[in-house]
Amino acid sequence: MSINQSGWRPQMTAGDGKPAAPTATGNKALMLEEALIFEIGDTQTTGVDFTGIDAAAPASRLGGLARKAAIGLPGLAEPEAVRHYTRLSRQNYAIDLGLFPLGSCTMKHNPRLNEKMARLPGFADVHPLQPVDTVQGALEVIHQLAHWLVTLTGMTSVAMSPKAGAHGELCGILAIKAALEARGEGHRKIVLVPESAHGTNPATAAFAGFAVEDIPATADGRVDTAALIARLGPDVAGVMITNPNTCGLFERDLKTISDAVHDAGGYVYCDGANFNAIVGRVRPGDLGVDAMHINLHKTFSTPHGGGGPGSGPVVFSEALTPFAPLPFVEKQGEQFVLIEEENAGEHHAGSFGRMVAFHGQMGMFTRALTYILSHGADGLRQVAEDAVLNANYVLRSLEGTLDAPFAKAGPCMHEAIFSDANLAEGFSTLDVAKGLIDEGFHPMTVYFPLVVHGAMLVEPTETESKAALDQFVGALRSVAERAKAGDASLKTAPHFAPRARLDETQAARKPVLVWKDAPLAQAAE
Amino acid sequence: MMRYLPLTQPDRDAMLSVIGAGSIDDLFVDVPEAARLSGPIAGLPGHASELAVERHMTALARKNVVAGEVPFFLGAGAYRHHVPASVDHLIQRGEFLTAYTPYQPEIAQGTLQMLFEFQTQVARMLGTDVANASMYDGSTACWEAIGMARRITRKGKAILSGGLHPHYVSVAKTMAKYTGDQLETATPALSAETDVEALIAAIDADTSCVVVQYPDILGRITDLTPLADACHANKALLIAVVTEPVALGAITAPGEMDADIVVGEGQSLGVGLQFGGPYVGLMGCKEKYIRQMPGRFCGETVDADGRRGFVLTLSTREQHIRREKATSNICTNSGLCALAFSVHMTLLGEAGLRRLAAINHAAACRAADRLSQVPGVELVTESFFNEFTVRLPVEARPVVRTLADRGILAGVSLGRLYPGEAALANGLIVAVTETTSAEDIETLAAALEEVLA
Repeated sequence: MSINQSGWRPQMTAGDGKPAAPTATGNKALMLEEALIFEIGDTQTTGVDFTGIDAAAPASRLGGLARKAAIGLPGLAEPEAVRHYTRLSRQNYAIDLGLFPLGSCTMKHNPRLNEKMARLPGFADVHPLQPVDTVQGALEVIHQLAHWLVTLTGMTSVAMSPKAGAHGELCGILAIKAALEARGEGHRKIVLVPESAHGTNPATAAFAGFAVEDIPATADGRVDTAALIARLGPDVAGVMITNPNTCGLFERDLKTISDAVHDAGGYVYCDGANFNAIVGRVRPGDLGVDAMHINLHKTFSTPHGGGGPGSGPVVFSEALTPFAPLPFVEKQGEQFVLIEEENAGEHHAGSFGRMVAFHGQMGMFTRALTYILSHGADGLRQVAEDAVLNANYVLRSLEGTLDAPFAKAGPCMHEAIFSDANLAEGFSTLDVAKGLIDEGFHPMTVYFPLVVHGAMLVEPTETESKAALDQFVGALRSVAERAKAGDASLKTAPHFAPRARLDETQAARKPVLVWKDAPLAQAAE
Repeated sequence: MMRYLPLTQPDRDAMLSVIGAGSIDDLFVDVPEAARLSGPIAGLPGHASELAVERHMTALARKNVVAGEVPFFLGAGAYRHHVPASVDHLIQRGEFLTAYTPYQPEIAQGTLQMLFEFQTQVARMLGTDVANASMYDGSTACWEAIGMARRITRKGKAILSGGLHPHYVSVAKTMAKYTGDQLETATPALSAETDVEALIAAIDADTSCVVVQYPDILGRITDLTPLADACHANKALLIAVVTEPVALGAITAPGEMDADIVVGEGQSLGVGLQFGGPYVGLMGCKEKYIRQMPGRFCGETVDADGRRGFVLTLSTREQHIRREKATSNICTNSGLCALAFSVHMTLLGEAGLRRLAAINHAAACRAADRLSQVPGVELVTESFFNEFTVRLPVEARPVVRTLADRGILAGVSLGRLYPGEAALANGLIVAVTETTSAEDIETLAAALEEVLA
């Protein structure tokens, strides 16, 4: 009998030429399963060698605490490690693969020049505590970026050190607190937050010791100006307001609100998460804002990196500038000087203190400055215009398919919002999102903001072409029509992703946060 | 023409007509007229070519003294280590670099599995049961741990060791002003002994936690077990802070000495110096405290087909669910830096980490011995890992300044970290890693000899 060299086995097919069973490996051609490093590595293997470097100490001086027990860290040789992480990377969706329309997240293209510049040894290989005259270029980067941020926002100063958007919010709120205390009004305990706000806003205000009061939204998706102004008084420290707001709409009354808040002795914090919509077209300073954080990882294209690192500089009005945190960079003659605790007294006595070790996210500053210089003042204005144009194009292309609660009232800014109102009974926003995954797109932001039922918040950004938008609109329209028609296959989508829907309830009920030798089935008992 | 903007003018015109708008200005009608800018903001330059921007940035970069190009001995919370080339290659894969937080787990298993591996690596290194998916940096992780101890113990007095990095102390002081936490702080003594005994004596019934750095700011290593016992006897928590994770390849982990929460700065592995950021905060704790922990967690689960998969979990602690009742206002981690840390750690493996640690310690011992031979220089720290403190016969800060002019980055003076503290002014912290050559050490010693002569 001859050997079947083709490897063909009749039981592998179900009659229509398609395999009946999964593959032996679990792989599907280019979609490769990958085990954990703890399953493929061992503690003896290493991908780093230190040939020629002497590891012999004259005598150990570890204070009698030399490690005795094994740590349990698996190693991989370099080829194995490169393959492991490359395989993992392929299980991720990314901007580099396609449109990533997460509302309020501004997932725009990340230019690779930014990466190249951040890796120049003069930026990447510099210690934060080097004598300041050996880091003049680094301080100049901070100074130049600060100048751009202050000018683009029409504000007075900027604190560069906050490490993310929420950290920036905290910075702004602490400055407000410090300003109130400085004028003996620490008793102002209320911060007003519109109910459409991102959850970080109330969390931040609460951290600083403020009580949060919600301000309702109007039917057209904006903050209820009359209700807000009516609530102002001697117990109100200020407001935290997002503009453009989380419904993708410009808060027309912000200047009126700011004036009223100031008249009542409070301050205006603006969440700048959506600054991309207005950069170069509107300066928040002209709207009476006292503090605003800028997510460099949104508007200024520093990479999101699968969840940070971010960077959240905060611009301040003249009223809050004296209270901004340390450190910051000042130009004195031709020298750039770092203002820290020791020299703050003469320059910045009212500072509320330090928020981080060292000076902030330098690696993000170099990327953001590179991006800003690439665009220039004219290009940044075009960024806002194209971002808003793209969002309105998506809004108008889909308003006949999905319920768009604010579309009648006028244009949106950088993001278009839809609700689940006209999906079939039993079909949800989540089903639309998961269906979109099968179409090769990352879903939009879902169930946020809370003021729109089953919200779908689409932010295409300016770095998408018309062709890409048309493809996305076609895909979302198709998925939405299926959800309206009650196509049951949507309930179990995605069908073509590396994983089907994951059991989040089990994950939270019996948390398995680290790998243990026991298989999951036993660990969950 | 802007190279990052793909819309053409005909595209824009066609889209405006679909929208039913006459011009782009019609889309900005909600902006009050007084706030509308009619053109690009004056006084700022226009767009520039890649070549022009590269020239500008390169010129700025050249104004800095590069650590790798000179004899270099700075540490104090940020360490220069060799990072394998594949680390930087892997973190620049677009699927990692340009992904968002893994909120859609079906198409984010790469990031999620990496975080699960990272959490396990970190927990094992710190000696804790669990670890989270990373924090902003070591200093903010340290503050978050203090807040966590307050929530767990329902007490508000934290005792901070004088050996804790002064920037970490500053951050905690800033935050405590607003949370009402009471902090007891101290400056370190320029001596071989740590303040463990003083800390033990200071613990009382109101103490929520003791925060101690290991090795500490001067490089000293001390057994944390008696301190942990004293904390626990008073229903307080021990928080240990590790700013140099490579040390954990050589010394017993804080968790093994019964620390309740261990936080750290992970910058040493994979991340690089970057003038102070972005870095990656490490945070681990005993399992019983996980629901009071801030930050993101990745957890293992199964998908609808029964296959193993990973998701972000325990998010009911977090601000987007809990709003003002959240454990923290933090809504991110330091994902890409955590990836760099994890890749570097995987390349090293246990054998590599331990050898790397041994090399660091050996080099530091040799440097300490050599510098001790310089007339007038006295080694302060008896125990240390890769960083030690010497006392100079004169103020250290001007000496560092002078040596920088000679092209030597000699270390971090205590005058820089503790300005105005006369008792510390002669102290110099010297860090030595695998990147420090024997010639570098000799260059520093010889130069110091001349400067002090």
